[in-house]
Amino acid sequence: MADVSFLKTEALKRHFGGIKAVDGVDFTLNRGEIRAIIGPNGAGKSTFVSLLSGRTEASSGRVVFEGEDITRLPAFKRVRKGIAYTFQITNIYRELSVVENVAIAVQGRFSNDASGARHPAGAIEPEARAILARVGLAEMAERKAGELAYGHQRLLEVGMGLALQPELLILDEPTQGLADSEIAGFCDLVREIAKSATVLLIEHNMDVVMALAGRITVMSQGRILAEGSPDEIRANADVQAAYLGK
Amino acid sequence: MTSSDTRKSLVLHGVVLVLLFAVQFAASDYMTLTLTRMMVLAVFAMGFNILYGYTGLLSLGHAVFFGAGVYGAGLTIYHLGWPVPLAFAAGIIGSAVVAAGIGALALRTVRDSFMILTMMLSQVGFLLVLYFNTVTGGDQGLSLPQASRVFTLAGASVDLAQPVTRYNIAFVLLLVTVALSFTLLQGPFGRVLRAIRENEARTEMLGYDVRRAKFFAFVISGTVAGMAGAAYAILFGYIGATFTGIQYSIEALLFTLLGGAGTLLGPLLGTVLMTMLIDRLSEITSAYFLWLGFILIALTLWFPKGLLGAIRQRWLPWLT
Repeated sequence: MADVSFLKTEALKRHFGGIKAVDGVDFTLNRGEIRAIIGPNGAGKSTFVSLLSGRTEASSGRVVFEGEDITRLPAFKRVRKGIAYTFQITNIYRELSVVENVAIAVQGRFSNDASGARHPAGAIEPEARAILARVGLAEMAERKAGELAYGHQRLLEVGMGLALQPELLILDEPTQGLADSEIAGFCDLVREIAKSATVLLIEHNMDVVMALAGRITVMSQGRILAEGSPDEIRANADVQAAYLGK
Repeated sequence: MTSSDTRKSLVLHGVVLVLLFAVQFAASDYMTLTLTRMMVLAVFAMGFNILYGYTGLLSLGHAVFFGAGVYGAGLTIYHLGWPVPLAFAAGIIGSAVVAAGIGALALRTVRDSFMILTMMLSQVGFLLVLYFNTVTGGDQGLSLPQASRVFTLAGASVDLAQPVTRYNIAFVLLLVTVALSFTLLQGPFGRVLRAIRENEARTEMLGYDVRRAKFFAFVISGTVAGMAGAAYAILFGYIGATFTGIQYSIEALLFTLLGGAGTLLGPLLGTVLMTMLIDRLSEITSAYFLWLGFILIALTLWFPKGLLGAIRQRWLPWLT
């Protein structure tokens, strides 16, 4: 299969001084899957996805996306290649309207369209509103983004990711701070997104992980400890020792 | 912003410009002269505002671009005897080059370091003017030759000794700046700049080349400031080191803060009010800078968004 090397890392490392946040990770992600990365605090999960998105530069090793070495590519160019990233701590344009938040993302995609298709400026706002409808925020389009409830801000953030029509959407702890009542809806949204994009999520909520992920990668101390289906991970003794603390 | 908002905003800007044009038929010579100066300085502040108000980058050294325009136009007239329109172009191009050079350096830094670096590099310009005083006239300055006060443009003779002529040149300059800013800032590029101002990290993660956009904003901002400088030299026939001094950098900031950073007409309003205030204050006291300081403090405390910023927040959300 040609598709197996959708995203691959080889001996990827990131050291902060003496701290080996990511310490030699070989990782493969296949097109179309929903993959969860779990692990105890400080396992290096966030640093690892930062290396994928380009927000952090690798100390050594390689990141290969669709057969191309992107290890030294700046973050914005990776976004243009189809890797979208949503921040762990909600990171939106708080002072701008909800629809403008998404419009900025839409314009970003339009102006860097690899297919060379031309998009009139007038197409940006309708597209932004369509995306708001998809994430269920259509009624709040004119509100100031910073005034939204936290759960809605998370949805807006995902909407901005969607607006990029990414091939790979990286969600860094997307359900953190969401009420239980909001989580089910959020899982539905992720499944919906997964129809058109590969999803990589860091998640602490085990119910969410077990419900969504096709495969799970467990990190511990900057390395991959185990990888497998939810059932395999549940049964893995190493994982239980390192992660569940039993 | 919806199209009806854009229309309202266009009408407002149109009305302000028409009024400004009409004032010359009622104004005294002194008033005409003052307004001419205000309009040129307003263009300077508008250039500054593109970077500060719309992109969120606070430069404390914009005088160097104004100065580059002043000297680019003035020196080519004084030493090379260039015709006025050509010298004006030289001033604009000169300031664009200076802005590109300083931008390439200063944009490697952020926040406080950016402010300090722009201020320092601007001082370099100031000191260069003093150092090469045989060419620049140093702090004594140079008066441009009488011959350069009259020139022909497209067959018409233009006499810069006429207050009304100068007024209309300054007005056209302002008109062009407002029109260009409006087009630029209401379009896709303006959206990118606002996005950078509001949240730079997020903007990069939406696929924008933030560094390039900031560089363009810097060069455009510096060039507009330089265009004002070139016009100032030509209209008033004098070039001097003070134009590149820190005072001019701070004035651009003050005008913009008072009128409202991130509003198109804010710098104009701020310039008009502040120059009037400085004129009045300097009649009463020699310590008028002290009072400017108090005003700046009061502004930051109670009107952090400036006059038009506050008006936009409360009453006119469509204001651009």
